[in-house]
Amino acid sequence: MKKVGKALYIGLIFLFLYLPIFTLIVMSFNNNERTSGIWYGFTLRWFGEIFENHDMLEALINTLVIAIVSAVIATVVGVAASVGIMAYSRRQRALVLQLTNIPLVNAEIVTAVSLMMAFAMFGISLGMGTILFSHICFCLPYVILNVLPKLRQTGTSTYEAARDLGAGPVKAFFSVVLPDIMPGVATGFLMSFTMSVDDFVITYFTRGAGINTLSTLIYSQQKRGIRASMCALSTVIFLIVLVVLLIRYFLGNRTADKTVKQ
Amino acid sequence: MSKKNKWLSAPYLGFILCGTVIPLLAILYFALVDKNGSFTLSNLASVAEPVHLKALGLSLLLAFATTVICLLLAFPLGLLLRKSGGKKGFVIFLLILPMWMNFLLRTIAWKILLQKTGVINTILGALGLKSLDIINTPTAVVLGMVYDFLPFMILPIYNVMIKIDNSLIEAAYDLGASQARVIKDVLLPLSMPGIISGITMTFVPSMTTFAISEILGGGNISLIGNIIEGEFLRGGSRNVGSGLSMVMMVFILISMALLNKFDKNGEGTVV
Repeated sequence: MKKVGKALYIGLIFLFLYLPIFTLIVMSFNNNERTSGIWYGFTLRWFGEIFENHDMLEALINTLVIAIVSAVIATVVGVAASVGIMAYSRRQRALVLQLTNIPLVNAEIVTAVSLMMAFAMFGISLGMGTILFSHICFCLPYVILNVLPKLRQTGTSTYEAARDLGAGPVKAFFSVVLPDIMPGVATGFLMSFTMSVDDFVITYFTRGAGINTLSTLIYSQQKRGIRASMCALSTVIFLIVLVVLLIRYFLGNRTADKTVKQ
Repeated sequence: MSKKNKWLSAPYLGFILCGTVIPLLAILYFALVDKNGSFTLSNLASVAEPVHLKALGLSLLLAFATTVICLLLAFPLGLLLRKSGGKKGFVIFLLILPMWMNFLLRTIAWKILLQKTGVINTILGALGLKSLDIINTPTAVVLGMVYDFLPFMILPIYNVMIKIDNSLIEAAYDLGASQARVIKDVLLPLSMPGIISGITMTFVPSMTTFAISEILGGGNISLIGNIIEGEFLRGGSRNVGSGLSMVMMVFILISMALLNKFDKNGEGTVV
């Protein structure tokens, strides 16, 4: 009896977390232009309309381009910065890490309006450039906080050994240090990409008129009801991510089993 | 790696300067001047206007309620998941997966579920139960916030709990502690770091959101985030918006400082 109660509790929490997702998936098959709580019959036509809704496709492309560009730049700048920070004195390092923490601790809306006002102060007009700059800024801490611990773990001995054996600093970094810190670099990149795709608040305040990402487009539709093709698109994205994660999860488990057996 | 590498962090320092330091100085500046550019304290003082004070109070109240509910849901869940053992990767997978659907869409899904003619009320009606009439009320906003931020409470608590050494718990039982005592005196103090970071990750975003209150409050509920958004983007005064942002930042810093003090006390009892 006690066991049933426990399973029920875990089940209810996960039902709570997944209920809106089921709702959105059902809505993408509902034969009604905009989302509503009423069932109008089954249709697949919203999946076809994904390719005809140009505003939405443009927002999708913007979202992906912003996420890829800002994650790549944040990763390159962040890894370089981490190598530089390793050479700092203790006090310099503490100061830089405190500044790195500010965007993580601060409220998103304050980060967003402060960037917006800084752009206004210097007469920089809002557009794709300001969105990208802002996204790079809020992604950087995730790269640094993932890479720096790995660099500390790796230490300097392998790098120095490579240098002693005649490798230049660049070659020594790319062939000795980088492979060691790769897990941290990859996590930093993926977190940056995810944060950027999911971002709404920062984009909302730093975008120019007429530029939409999926988040800002959804927000602009929320009063009148979301278009069903938007639900269809999210269902497709969700299912793609689900399949990728499941494959990775089971492959990860299999390799883990193998190493255990070895 | 040698001291010569310091210059590699130069681009990052540029980003910190232009993306964090200058922007914060910019809102500080705009908070302290009027629209003609002369010094004033009226933007900061505008927090005392009844509308703003009410919004700030409601934000604190709803954020507090959200944080408490998330904690009350997440801590027992952590205990149960810890006991069920193994499968750590799969639990985290299940917790992170929902985040791959846009959070605004998931919040809007609650609006569909909670509507007067929505799914939940249709089911309640079919069962002959009283309908749930909470859409466009603070209750709906709290529900939305709990929904959106619960994973951020569960993840750090779960991560800390599964690392707790089982032998400590067995030792407590061997020494005659009851289950309640083990939870209170062993598991709770050892989970404190996770609880603290969970509280931070739910309190700050729920205190400062404007999207959730707009979607589930139907425009009737004005949190401090909604006021700030209005001042900046819907024809208000950017100076007043900057002033309110500064005040809100101070509130967050104070809450974080209080929380850190509490954390030290928590660690103190462990030692």
